[in-house]
Amino acid sequence: MVALLPAGCGSAPEATTHPKATVPEGQVDPSSAGNISGRILFAGDKPSMPSIDMSSNPSCERQHRTPVKAETVVVNANGTLRNAFVRIKDGLAPAHWTPPEESVQLTQSGCIYEPHVVGIMVGQTLEILNDDPVNHNVHAESQINPAWNISEAPRDEHKFRKFPREEILFPMTCSVHPWMRSYIGVSSHPFFAVTGEDGSFTLRGVPPGTYTIEVVHEKLGRKEGKVTLPVSGVASIDFTYGSQ
Amino acid sequence: MEASKSTAEAARDVPGTTRSAVPGGATRSSSPEIGYNPGLHKWSLLLAFCTLLLVVAGGLVTSRDAGLSVPDWPLSYGKLMPKMEGGILYEHGHRMVATTVGLFTIVLLVWIFRAEHRSWMRPLAVAALIAVIVQGVLGGLTVLLLLPWWISSSHATLAQLFFSTTVVIALFTSRQWFRRPSVVPEDDENPLRGLSLAAPIFVLGQLFLGAAVRHKAIGAIYHICGAPLVTCVVLWVSMRILLHYGRNRELRTCAVALITITLTQVFLGIAAYMTRIAYADAVQPMPLMVTFTVLHVAVGALTLAASVVLAILVRRNLGERVTLPELTADAASA
Repeated sequence: MVALLPAGCGSAPEATTHPKATVPEGQVDPSSAGNISGRILFAGDKPSMPSIDMSSNPSCERQHRTPVKAETVVVNANGTLRNAFVRIKDGLAPAHWTPPEESVQLTQSGCIYEPHVVGIMVGQTLEILNDDPVNHNVHAESQINPAWNISEAPRDEHKFRKFPREEILFPMTCSVHPWMRSYIGVSSHPFFAVTGEDGSFTLRGVPPGTYTIEVVHEKLGRKEGKVTLPVSGVASIDFTYGSQ
Repeated sequence: MEASKSTAEAARDVPGTTRSAVPGGATRSSSPEIGYNPGLHKWSLLLAFCTLLLVVAGGLVTSRDAGLSVPDWPLSYGKLMPKMEGGILYEHGHRMVATTVGLFTIVLLVWIFRAEHRSWMRPLAVAALIAVIVQGVLGGLTVLLLLPWWISSSHATLAQLFFSTTVVIALFTSRQWFRRPSVVPEDDENPLRGLSLAAPIFVLGQLFLGAAVRHKAIGAIYHICGAPLVTCVVLWVSMRILLHYGRNRELRTCAVALITITLTQVFLGIAAYMTRIAYADAVQPMPLMVTFTVLHVAVGALTLAASVVLAILVRRNLGERVTLPELTADAASA
């Protein structure tokens, strides 16, 4: 008997773009699934990363020995781009994918957000922590999902939020510290990734098929590419951004 | 004789130029200013000054992107006094100045009801109190509803109107207002009454566009395109006064002030826009951009107030419209 693995398990989302009544549950046959991987490259002059001026907030400034650089465009040492959100945009059969029970953490530490770009599934819990000795407000500037703005004092309990609809990407900001900005990508399925220090990504456990892969960067914009994943195989696709 | 009669009637059209306020027969320079209340006037000036500070504080909130730094309202982080740090300093500071202005307005209302003999001042004071209450509610709503542009822009525009109201109250309670105006007849070839109304209307429209730009409802191009139009209207009114009614000191002074303020405002608008472009990629609000933008907002309030005052002074100082050749003929026959 072939085991069918759901991409996630746990409680159902509050709302999705695909009503359960008309769309089957998203499932992957592990015997035929494969991986799509690639790199996000950056060509041209490496952009400078401006320093954040925290002098107006000594409680924030004291937490850093050296000036903090803005993560608007981060080019890695190997010429790849960090903090790019990669996902399957088209090609998946219509399905309702159950989000994992594990929450995704967004931490306010040293008056910056960690991580800078968050990938999360529709209905998955976002856990917001404040490690700082200062008040923060957390403002989800979403356009498709309901926007919200909450406060989080230094020793407050963690805050939990879910997003009912797919939305790629929207900013999460703090008006107390206007340089604080992270980006949230809410995906209706589990096939997404955020590039890190090596600029690579891997979308694991993808059913075979032909897909449109989309890369979204907060400043450099969107790019798309087609890729065909064979049965139990791997596929690779790279994207290249240039300096604007 | 005809001319002096018509100008006296014209003076009565304007609130404050009643016979009880200025006894007939008193000369302009030696009028005892019956009814003038120096304490009330000083309080009105204080309120107007604090309101201008409030406009500056509000401008700082928007320019520093601090509008949502305090998510709750009317309390701040569930307290009357949160830790003043970062954006909270601007947002809660704005609320504190607003509360002060609200209290000052209540005091002004009570003072006017108790001490002011001109009954028409009471509705004005009530209007000021209603405006400041509505303004507070709009400020709260814009926080709770996450800065919808129509509420934020209304909040910004009503702030400008409220400031003008406080300035008008200060004008009506001033010593100068209790003196008999040196009324000049309105020149038929250079009418001023209608034109003087155009200035505050155009300025108010431009202020609303500016607020809509600041709250990201429209592009800056609309506000930029409106600037030359509004400037032309203001210069048209002011230059007509200087060229044709310059012998009236009140009108002349106010027209010069309005021109000065407006040209300053144009410079600040250009500077604010240029700094905004220069710092488009900045990761946080830059001090120079904030400074020019907030000054632009504050001087915008002054522009509206000056244009409103000018429109009022036109009605106070202008007699009925006369055609000069006919007046000469009447005078000759008399």
